[in-house]
This record gives sequence, C-alpha cells and structure tokens, in this order.
Amino acid sequence: MADSPPLLQLHQVSKVYRNGTVALKDASLAIAPGEFVSLLGASGCGKSTVLRIIAGLGHPSGGSLWWDDPSHQGDLAFVFQEAALMPWATVLENVGLPLKLRGYPPRQIRSIAQEAIALVNLQGSESVYPRQLSGGMQMRVSIARALITNPRLMLMDEPFGALDEMTRSRLNTDLLQLWQEKQWTVMFVTHNIYEAVYLSQRVVIMAPQPGRIHAEIAIDAPYPRLEPFRTSPEFNEYCRKIAEQLAIADTV
Amino acid sequence: MADFNILRPHARFKGLRLSPEVLAPAIVGFLILTIWELGVRLTGMPPYLLPGPLLVLQTLITEWGSLWPALLITLKITVIAFLLAASSGLLIAVLFVQSRWIERSFFPYAVILQTTPIVAIAPLIIMWLRNNTFAALVVCAWIVAFFPIISNTTLGLHSVQHPLKNLFQLYGASRWQTLIYLRLPSALPYFLGGLKISGGLSLIGAVVAEFVAGTGGSASGIAYQILMSSYNLQIPRMFAALFLTTLSGVAIFIALTILSDLLLKHWHESAVRHEN
Repeated sequence: MADSPPLLQLHQVSKVYRNGTVALKDASLAIAPGEFVSLLGASGCGKSTVLRIIAGLGHPSGGSLWWDDPSHQGDLAFVFQEAALMPWATVLENVGLPLKLRGYPPRQIRSIAQEAIALVNLQGSESVYPRQLSGGMQMRVSIARALITNPRLMLMDEPFGALDEMTRSRLNTDLLQLWQEKQWTVMFVTHNIYEAVYLSQRVVIMAPQPGRIHAEIAIDAPYPRLEPFRTSPEFNEYCRKIAEQLAIADTV
Repeated sequence: MADFNILRPHARFKGLRLSPEVLAPAIVGFLILTIWELGVRLTGMPPYLLPGPLLVLQTLITEWGSLWPALLITLKITVIAFLLAASSGLLIAVLFVQSRWIERSFFPYAVILQTTPIVAIAPLIIMWLRNNTFAALVVCAWIVAFFPIISNTTLGLHSVQHPLKNLFQLYGASRWQTLIYLRLPSALPYFLGGLKISGGLSLIGAVVAEFVAGTGGSASGIAYQILMSSYNLQIPRMFAALFLTTLSGVAIFIALTILSDLLLKHWHESAVRHEN
C-alpha cells in the first residue's frame, strides 16, 4: 500500500481567517488510498480546518491540494461532530438525502437507503424521527447517510466526541469493520488518544497556535483489531508515545 | 420569538374531558361572571353603564339576526387579509434571504409600514379605494397583519443548522433544492409562530379599519354594529357584539395552534408531548 501513489496530497496548506487568526500553517500530508489516518490534537490546532479544506467547505489561503484523479475529488463524504440530521425528516429520508439532491428516482433512493441503514445496524428504524433516537443511533444514521454515495474518502470530524465511552467503543469497532468491508480511505479527527490508536494506521499529531502538523506515528498493529488489543502492552506503548508528543507539541 | 408554547392542543384540546387545563379557567370564568352579575344587580347599575352578563347573553340571542351577518362580513375581511398576509409575508421573506442586500434595502420599509398607526393611514387608503370599501378594509387589515410573518419567517429561513448547510453544499445542492428541502422546513416553526400572531392582528386590523371607515348599509361589519350600538346607547348590544368579536379572535388563535401542532407534532419541541 505504501508504494501506490497517494490519493490526496496537501502541500504547505495554510488557512488564515479574516480576523488574522492563523488556523493552519504549512501543513503537508499525503494520504494513501485505503488508509485510515487520524488527526489528533487539542482544540484550535487546525484538525477540522484540514478536513474542511479537503471537503471544499473552505478555501486554503496558501498552498495546494493534489488529487490522484481530479474527476473523482467529489467522491467524498463528511461526518460532522453533531449528527446533523434534519429533525423534520425520518431516518430513511435523512439517509437518502445525498441521492435525492443528486436527482435519483425515489424508488432507487429507498432501496439504497435501506441497505445503508442495514449496514449500520438500524433496520426497523426507517420511519422513526431523529429526536426519538439516542445520540449513538443518531450518529449511526449520520454514517449511513455518508456511506450511501459510496465515497472513496470518508472525512470524519470528531464524530463520536459527544458520545459516552461504551457507545463510542462500540461505534469504533463497527466503523473499522465497515472500513475493511468498503475499502474507504478515512481521515478521522479526534482528541481522544485511545480512539486514535485503536482505529488508525497512522496518527498525525497536530499542535496549536498556529495550527500545524507536529509529528506522525505509525500504528503497526494488524487488523482486525479485537478487544484484547485495547489492553495490550503494545497499545499502551503507542498511547504513551503519542501523549509524550502531544505534551511537546503543546509547549513548543 | 413567537409564542410557540402558549397553548398545546395535545394537552388541552385532545382530551376535552374535565382535565385541570379545562376546569381551572372555566371555574375562574364562571366566578368572574357571577361576581359581575351579582355586582350589577346589588348596586342597581343601569344597563347603559354596565349590563350584566345575563342581559348581554339575552341581547345576543335577540339581536342574533343582525349581529351574525355583520360578524360574517368582518370575518371575511379578516380571513382574506390573513391569507394575503401569510402568502405575501412568506414570499417577501424568501426574497429577503436571497441576498443580504435585498434584505438590508427593503426590511426597514417593512418596519415603517408596520409602525405607522393604521388609524392614521386608514382614511387615506379608504379614500384611494373609495369605489371598493371592501378592498380598502382588506388592505388595512393586511398592513397590520403581514409584518410578524415577514420578520418571523425571515429569521427562520436564516436559522438553518450550520452543519446541515455544509452538507447541502457538499452534495452540490442547488439554491432551489436548499430552499425547498432545508430552508423552508427549518423556517416552518417560525412561520407558524408568525401566523398565530398575525391571525389575531388581521381581526384587529379589520375592526379598526371598519371603525375608521364607518361603513353602514347592507355590507357593514361587526365594528359598525359596535359603533352604532354605542351611539344609540344600546350598551347590552354593544357588549354582545364585542363578545362575538373576542370569541372570533380566540377561535382564530385556537385553530392556528391546532394547525401548528399538527404540522410540527413529529419533530418540534413546541409540539412534542413529554412524559415527565
């Protein structure tokens, strides 16, 4: 995998807001196809800015973005911190939204959306409204909506940050399973060290003020990663190393 | 904004059994009427100063033949003005959110139209439309009623959840798709709140305009009946007409509250019944 050309490259990308805040400074990063990369750091270190620039939701003030195949650069999905569901629409309608916006016929939307709902284990909740669901289930709906377009690149901006620990670890396991099944490339923003180590092949550590990339640590553990991995000495060693780097990033 | 929470049909109108929500105000109403009636009788108050409720009720029944058609005319003005206000208010709000410049340039004039006392401009409008008094009255009531809808709906169209807006952007939604699938549904609770305020205002506008116009003849509304009754010192009749007007206002509000709850029952906090 390391030999294939990167799916996406960021070259010295910067973002300066109109009020002069430097959200991101000279960030360079290459993402290989099929890779699971986490961006880890304190708030204000530009993690979300990186994702937003890749998604085209914000323009970089400097630097450039290279895609392996520019015609496919729109094949991406974004999962936000909040589930961001339309409260007036049912689960099925929420999941089918991307296809509806792209003009698919309703019957086709229905069947594809049902498949996506099954993939996140929410069968039977099709006609339920978001407010009737728990936070974890709302996030599953949000993920189903993201995977419905069959994206190449999945951008996830602290998707499980607001969930309790049990729900979070359950969703982590399910996400890894989907990732292996679907062969997406995932960029996952988080401020949780354990989550980053458990999920990723590579953890990119970011530093605040100005937001920048501080270090990268590869997690060379094989998949599928099962429960024992979470408590193994290897796992703890990675967490310790990353915590050390985060501490340095904070003081530099 | 709008008073989403004042009445909840789920709580109040669904079970018209003797729930505390119905019983408590009914008892208060009954007590007030009793004290009123007793007070009038004990002090020997002449009916041309203050009639008792029983006399008002009696007058309402005997004068029904002249009051009911008059009320229908006023209600017709109210309903037409209200529908005009709702549709024009919604349209203008949609126009406003198309560009900040449109909103900046025109919103102040909507405010000016709203803050100008209707009593002061009604004679002008009635003079301009002197061949069609009915239309003049509708225009007056519309001016009073349309502003809450514009301001509420504009606010609603602007209050779209930011991540949802991003999501629509990400999937390349057109302006039209964003309006239909995102902005309008987001604005619905605000629009309905505007309707509730505007429903009562339409009635008030119609009554005030009728007062100013002083239209008599066969097509005179309930306000003219109030006016004439007071000139003729038929105070019980005036109270009866007043009572009908108030009752209509309450009915309009209840109807709009039920409509609002029906449309929002699945998803909006204002209409959702909580168990605790």
